[in-house]
Amino acid sequence: MKAWDAIVIGGGHNGLVNACYLQRAGLDVLVVEKNDWVGGAATSRELTPGFLYSNCSYVCSLFRPEIMRDLELPRFGLQVISYEGGAVFTRDGDYLANYRDHDAHRREFARFSKRDAEAYDRYSRDVTRQCRFIQPLLMRTAPDPTSLKPRDLGELLYLGKKFADLSSEEMALTLRFWTMSISEFLDEYFETDVIKANFALSGIIGTALGPMSPGTAYVLLHHYMGEVDGSVGAWGYARGGMGAITKALAASFKASGGTIRTGAEVDHVLVHGGKAKGVVLAGGEEVYGKLVVSNADVKRTFLKLVEEKELPDIFLRRVKNFKIRGSSGKVNIALDSLPEFPALPKDSPVYRGDMHFTDSIERMERAYDDWKAGRWSADPFLDMVIPTTLDPTMAPPGKHFMSCFVQYAPPRIAGREWTDADRDGFAESVIAQIAEYSPGFRDRIVHMEVRTPREIEAEVGLTEGNIFQGELTFDQLLFNRPVPGYAQYRSPLSGLYMCGSSTHPGGGVMGAPGRNAAAEILRDLAKSTSHMSPAHDVI
Amino acid sequence: MTSQLDNAARTLAQSHFRTLRLGTPFQPRIDALAKTQDWYNWAGYRAPHSLWDEELEYFAIRSQAALFDISPMTKYRIEGQDAEAFLDRVTLRDVTKLRSGRVQYTAWCDDEGFVLDDGTLFRLSPTRFRLCSQERHLPWLLDSALGFDVIVEEETEAVAGLAMQGPTSFAVLRDAGFAGVEKLKIFDLAEFPHDGGTIVISRTGFTGDLGYELFVLADKALSLWDRLMTAGELRGVRAIGYNALNRARLEAGLIVANADFTTAEHAIRTDRLRMPDEIGLGFMIDPEKGHFNGRRAILEARAKRKLRHVLVGLEIEGNIPAEHAIVYHKKSQEVGLVSAAMWSPMAKRNIAIASLARPYGDTMVEDLWVEIYAMRELQYQKLMKRAKVMARPFIKLDRRTANPPADF
Ligand SMILES: Cc1cc2nc3c(=O)[nH]c(=O)nc-3n(C[C@H](O)[C@H](O)[C@H](O)COP(=O)(O)OP(=O)(O)OC[C@H]3O[C@@H](n4cnc5c(N)ncnc54)[C@H](O)[C@@H]3O)c2cc1C
Repeated sequence: MKAWDAIVIGGGHNGLVNACYLQRAGLDVLVVEKNDWVGGAATSRELTPGFLYSNCSYVCSLFRPEIMRDLELPRFGLQVISYEGGAVFTRDGDYLANYRDHDAHRREFARFSKRDAEAYDRYSRDVTRQCRFIQPLLMRTAPDPTSLKPRDLGELLYLGKKFADLSSEEMALTLRFWTMSISEFLDEYFETDVIKANFALSGIIGTALGPMSPGTAYVLLHHYMGEVDGSVGAWGYARGGMGAITKALAASFKASGGTIRTGAEVDHVLVHGGKAKGVVLAGGEEVYGKLVVSNADVKRTFLKLVEEKELPDIFLRRVKNFKIRGSSGKVNIALDSLPEFPALPKDSPVYRGDMHFTDSIERMERAYDDWKAGRWSADPFLDMVIPTTLDPTMAPPGKHFMSCFVQYAPPRIAGREWTDADRDGFAESVIAQIAEYSPGFRDRIVHMEVRTPREIEAEVGLTEGNIFQGELTFDQLLFNRPVPGYAQYRSPLSGLYMCGSSTHPGGGVMGAPGRNAAAEILRDLAKSTSHMSPAHDVI
Repeated sequence: MTSQLDNAARTLAQSHFRTLRLGTPFQPRIDALAKTQDWYNWAGYRAPHSLWDEELEYFAIRSQAALFDISPMTKYRIEGQDAEAFLDRVTLRDVTKLRSGRVQYTAWCDDEGFVLDDGTLFRLSPTRFRLCSQERHLPWLLDSALGFDVIVEEETEAVAGLAMQGPTSFAVLRDAGFAGVEKLKIFDLAEFPHDGGTIVISRTGFTGDLGYELFVLADKALSLWDRLMTAGELRGVRAIGYNALNRARLEAGLIVANADFTTAEHAIRTDRLRMPDEIGLGFMIDPEKGHFNGRRAILEARAKRKLRHVLVGLEIEGNIPAEHAIVYHKKSQEVGLVSAAMWSPMAKRNIAIASLARPYGDTMVEDLWVEIYAMRELQYQKLMKRAKVMARPFIKLDRRTANPPADF
């Protein structure tokens, strides 16, 4: 029987990045993906004729340019286009826009508060400082602080030196920033509700925390540390939807000789003598591999795909306690024309950016209260974009794809499973909110895909529908991600590795977990990593 | 009711997104003179690099009278019983010594003693001041004002400004009918009637030459421009762009925020922060006056010799400007960077402003060199030229301070 050099469970973007790097190092790699398509949470499917959705993730910034280059993704069709800022609509019929032009941005804020308008530079300086601290850590394996291996000591020293380079005041600020709430952080700069709400959204996206929960300031950073072609903090659309990223990855993988099997769900990992030997597919077929890499989240991997008895119990307990609460849903809408927002001037660039309707932190927090009570938010927070204003490939001319990311949606409704009626109620809360600001909106709808945590978990396999494969709180970051002692992509089982967003540096369409895991695997195999570019300098 | 009015004004202001570079109140006149159409972005305004010929515009400053639009400069009105005490608390110099009708060139720091900006402080009355600067500081000013009976209001758009600089600038103002302007000594200011209102004229400027700055409410800006241009016609008044002014300021040895140093609220890299003593503004610090922002840190840095940089004037051999050149000690050790450089027509020397790592430029001033990369027809000519630390200003013009001012 053939034994692959490596089997990657899951064709999410991290699984594909990992597989690409391993294949290019000369390994014979198989990717097994349960769905009939690849991409995981970075996928674009045509569910109604002529319209391509970004079914889960919808905007791109975090995906590391080093990876795009190494894997020749432009050659395989990947293009990322920057977009203009966006806006928060206010309940009094106005809006607060974010313009790319620095002075237009200031003037816009000055419409609400002259003081806040002039506070932006200091805010931006401080966030940028935090960003520059964390950025170089993304493409490095986190050190194991309990290890005495020279490499771990070296990495610890690197981390320690980065800290030591900070003044004691900066160090205090950094630690504070990593643990404080986004609401408190913003209070230090701004006074106006809508301006704070405008920045707070990045602190809560994808997390089961409210803007007043400690740890949300760091989540903001997670959304700020990406870039589009060197423009740090900028976001863009992948042309052809986020699926274009995984399509390019799959093409690059195949071009270098890799094999993908879709419609192939792994039932469990084959283990012999404490060592992973391959996988068993849902139909019972056994596929052998010298090593196995799991792109699925840490809970799915170790609680569903590996028998408990194979794992040390402290590890198991930590995996069970790993925070991976679902908090978000998604409504994808095909529109037969561009919706109008009477609050917006017709020639406003905001149509091409991200739009929001939650104009105060308090409203955000109330939306979170619903989540805590096990309900979807009656007045949800939306992150809404219309990528077809810039991307002609996703809908016929004049027609549009609208993506609505929705918070909050709990993994279970008051302790029970979601029902179809719940799902429809959830969708209605979203459509009602949009229609309030856009008369006639309902009439433009051609088709709609509604995804609660139930659908996200069932299709993508994200446990509880958590978009980051695990909460991005400080206790689950760096050398503690996913659990202490296993932050270096290895697992307690020899031959079984992890490469999904559950691992350092975490979720989002970033590719860094997949890449870093490949580097560790190649190190174990004593193979060269010369085909992997080091992280770009942060100077 | 008030909040509804606010909303209406707010909605009216939405359309700013269609004009990314605003015109100043003088824009119609400047546009009419803009033969080069060479614009740059000054704090969100469309400002001219040059209008017809930057070389000749420079000579207009030095030989006749040059009119430069300074409206985009940030301006704050600071008014109230405690205005003096407040400003004394936040700026470096002793504001209690600043009489009504006088102007101070000053700077202000954060609590760590790092420079937030430099600027000019105009005392318009015992209780009313105007603070002008390059960058914006409203949150900082408002936060610092807690506990003081003082109003801080941003008035950048409401108040237009003009600099009239050059040997005939006084004569132009006199001929324009500003009676009593001859009484203004350097750093004096006074109000003068204009077009049914009043304007403020100060004997200040950024050129090291005889010159004045005029502040006028936006709706009277054009009539002021016309008044000056008409009166100045026979005395060679010309409108100029920034490049000419920038040459004049360098000869005068003056620094520009975020060109010659990085302001504290913009410095992402913390090693770019500068104390006043590190950018040549140590003379402003008055340890004798009461507490002021950054005082403890500044005095501690002095006492513990923690000052790491120094800003100096350089004279560089030859005539090739050393813009952004690296400064070396003994041609090998990197010790600093030139932030501005030019051949000075007035001094007939190759001059520069540079920031050096102490002790270089401070106690070690021998054997300094700059490496100039001069691009000539797609080839770098690499030059290693000797640099000598020189006191600023590079030129001293008696006419700048002469009383009464001369006609030319
Ligand atoms: C609704 C939503 C919106 C988001 N929006 C954004 C955004 O705009 N921008 C952004 O950067 N990030 C966004 N994210 C986050 C981001 O998409 C994810 O963090 C990221 O895509 C996860 O990638 P991954 O490769 O680590 O894992 P996944 O994408 O979860 O990939 C795991 C793969 O494994 C497969 N799999 C699981 N179990 C098995 C099995 N037993 N056998 C075989 N295959 C299996 C799954 O089908 C899946 O393809 C969003 C996520 C969601 C859900």
